[in-house]
Amino acid sequence: MGKYKAVIGLEMHCELTSNSKVFSSAENSYCDTPNSNVSPIDMAFPGTLPIVNKECIKKSLMASLVLNCTQPEFMYFDRKNYYYPDLPKGYQITQMHAPVGVNGKITIDVNGVEKEVEILDIHLEEDTANLNHFDDISLIDYNRAGVPLLELVTAPCINSAEEALTFLEYMCRVYRYCDISDADTKKGQVRCDVNVSIMNEDDTEFGTKVEIKGVNSFSNVVDAINYEIKRQTELKDAGRYHEVEQETRRFDEETGTTIRMRSKVDAIDYKYFVEPNIPKYRIDSSWVESIRESIPMLPRERKIMYIKNFGLSEYDANIIIKEKEYADYFEECIKLGMNAKNAANWLIVQIIAYTNKFELKLKEFYLTPPLLNQIISELDKGTISSKQAKEIFNKSLEENKEPKNYITKDNAQISDKNILIEIIDKILITNETQVNDYKNGRTNLFDYFVGQVMKETKGKANPPMVKEILKSKLED
Amino acid sequence: MYTTKTIEELHELLINGEITSKELVQESIDKSYKIKEICNAFVTIIDNPKEGNVAEELLSGIPYGIKDNYSTEGILSTGSSNTLKDYIPFFSATAVKNLEKHGAIAVNKTSMDEFGMGGTGTTCHTGIVRNPWNLNHITGGSSAGSAAAVAAGVYPYALGSDTGDSIRKPAAYCGIVGYKPTYGMISRYGLFPYASSLDHCGCLTRSVKDAAIVVDAMKGIDVKDQTSWDSSHIHLYERINGNIEGKKLFYIKEIVNIENYPNASDKLKIHLDNFQKSLDLLRNKGAQIEEVSIDENLIKAIPSVYECISRAEATSNMSNLTGISFGPRGNGKNIVEMMKDYRTNGFSSMIKRRFVVGAFVLQKENQEKYFVNAQRVRRLLVDKMNKLFENYDALIMPVSTGYAPTIDDSKDGITNEETIVLEEHLQIGNFGGFPSITIPNGFINNLPVGINITGKCYDDENVLNIAYALECEMPYKNQVAKLKEDN
Repeated sequence: MGKYKAVIGLEMHCELTSNSKVFSSAENSYCDTPNSNVSPIDMAFPGTLPIVNKECIKKSLMASLVLNCTQPEFMYFDRKNYYYPDLPKGYQITQMHAPVGVNGKITIDVNGVEKEVEILDIHLEEDTANLNHFDDISLIDYNRAGVPLLELVTAPCINSAEEALTFLEYMCRVYRYCDISDADTKKGQVRCDVNVSIMNEDDTEFGTKVEIKGVNSFSNVVDAINYEIKRQTELKDAGRYHEVEQETRRFDEETGTTIRMRSKVDAIDYKYFVEPNIPKYRIDSSWVESIRESIPMLPRERKIMYIKNFGLSEYDANIIIKEKEYADYFEECIKLGMNAKNAANWLIVQIIAYTNKFELKLKEFYLTPPLLNQIISELDKGTISSKQAKEIFNKSLEENKEPKNYITKDNAQISDKNILIEIIDKILITNETQVNDYKNGRTNLFDYFVGQVMKETKGKANPPMVKEILKSKLED
Repeated sequence: MYTTKTIEELHELLINGEITSKELVQESIDKSYKIKEICNAFVTIIDNPKEGNVAEELLSGIPYGIKDNYSTEGILSTGSSNTLKDYIPFFSATAVKNLEKHGAIAVNKTSMDEFGMGGTGTTCHTGIVRNPWNLNHITGGSSAGSAAAVAAGVYPYALGSDTGDSIRKPAAYCGIVGYKPTYGMISRYGLFPYASSLDHCGCLTRSVKDAAIVVDAMKGIDVKDQTSWDSSHIHLYERINGNIEGKKLFYIKEIVNIENYPNASDKLKIHLDNFQKSLDLLRNKGAQIEEVSIDENLIKAIPSVYECISRAEATSNMSNLTGISFGPRGNGKNIVEMMKDYRTNGFSSMIKRRFVVGAFVLQKENQEKYFVNAQRVRRLLVDKMNKLFENYDALIMPVSTGYAPTIDDSKDGITNEETIVLEEHLQIGNFGGFPSITIPNGFINNLPVGINITGKCYDDENVLNIAYALECEMPYKNQVAKLKEDN
């Protein structure tokens, strides 16, 4: 960071997962064919009326609870009025007067340092249609019109692009954990408005705020923030801070800069008023409680638990909490009695690598924790070697057969010390010359003896034991 | 002539085979053409309506008219606006569907003040609607064509919508019954919105019983309208018995007392005098009627409250009319110019004035002073009325200052400040969503005048019963305007 303190506030828009749209019965799903998920309401045909989707209310209340917000006593909506071709009704149904949550906070870890992000409000609204501009025409795709959107507004409490990025990524993860949203940035499900200003460390008042609207990827959020801090810093350094105007800008991907759209003076008056077609209703507190109870343990809490209770490294814990299905898989392994470090190791080194390679969801992965346990428990007992374990793992996946099928007497590892001593004695006798060479200093022959034992046992000898016995025999 | 009969009578005739539905419908269509010529009451006449079976349902096989702001599948629905002059919906309003289920047969779409925004019937894109009792006079609006057609005997009923008094005032001016039930009893799905919190569906008929029959068929909870509610326990037609013994009614002194109008015209004097005579008829049947005084400031605020709220909601509701998703595409170099062109040319100047007012009262710097205050006063008025409804069964009031003004007089647009509240007080019914019905109660200068009964929410049965009791004491039930040509 430069010599000034950056002050950043974020508005994060995230599409909710639900069967139907937030105010109509059209399907809410990502669809490549334009204008296929559309109802008369989404196109605002005269006389159509909004019907609130209860599932969306539930999910937005869950988000409000997760963010430790206060929920309103009554649920109702507002109209935000403005003209734009992607807004069929000429207004957006949103929540201005009574958002589904206000005054919340959530703790994130920025490079191992705790940071509390204040949430001003979180509200439920509808998305606009999609405009595709071509040289001489523009096309409208109404598939997105009316898709439920959750908008979260943070206080100006973020001080760097890194903090902003960490917060956004963490929120996406939380939404996915709670099945509130897929939060897939590639599908445009997450979009941000970013407010940036700079100030001297000891200033009591904020500097002039610039808003960058509609930033559609997290890397752009980072670039936009950094560019804006640089731009404002340069102006301030040059004694031209008055040129920083309260205005709306947009991020230009090609140049990596922000470009002025309109000044605060030209700000649109959205003429908000209460949506009369959706009756105001009291939010049932027992329903809210049941939603609260259904919230799964969040990634940060899990991470703390993994480190504290299971002794994982922060590095491993961070990988496992990346996706809820990783964390769930891991926790199931623990429940089955697997050693936490082993389970983490297998999950990270073998399983995640495998699912990534084959682009599988973990839930589609054949070796469920109980099946994995068939391998791990034998490994722990020493009946199979870790090399064998990996072979069984791969074989089992190749043939879609339970691992226990490959754990037989034939391939069982020889861990009986007496048997091993017998075999080793025999080998040492038949290789007298080598034994003498070894004793005369050719210690690199040690691996030769190990190889001979393995050859004799068809690879089934327990390698650490073989080494141990060989050492004691040869050192005699 | 059959179309001049009541629904009950027609049902009898159809059941007994004295007339077929086809003949009845044809008579109604023929009459439609005639009334179109004389009164300009229709946007569309449906030449080949779906034939219907005559069944037990009272409405089956009987023709009716639909105000042109109801969406009708496959049939032009314009809201009497150039912005939608070619718009053919691909779905029908729930109220229309409900009537279809009861076997009702729509024969025309009636003209109206553009999108319901007007009280004269002179602002339809197809021209002025004329009052069948005297063609030089207005019908009132906005359900102008529906009122004219029912009064002229085209059919026993037509649909209307009521945001300020758009069913109940034209009904009074045309000597018929106009009824808007409690807010949400009839689904608004498919009705072009004017001001959503004030908009009601309803009907215009020539008798109270017919109004009950029609709304019984139109009503019902609708998953497509969240403001609709389950009224399956309400049976309007069945519960009408005309017994009003012991019912307590009130009227508002500050509006009805002639002493409030030092410059009262003869028309107004006769109208208020006639109102008192109607009250006596009810008293004779055992009702108690009292004069109640309400804070004059509250009463005087009614028209401004209505203006603020209705204009604000209207500018927002009609923002979907851009010519982008539907409607004729405007011309222009870019999308903003295209929208501007479409709206500038499509809307009449009066509507545009109302949009400006609506946008003004919603502006950040004005909203508190105008729009929010209007909502506060609306709440005060409704609370006051609900308080009174704890002691009284209904409010009874004269409609307007008398009969319909002439078309020429209504054009100058000058409001008489002295009598404005008398003209606008029916808006109370929209503020509170109260059930409200107008019935004819006499003639002045050979033009009909009306009286209105309004009750508390969900008490529609009671309101209709009082109206029915009064109707039975007067000779105006099922009256049909004598057209000049008939003379």
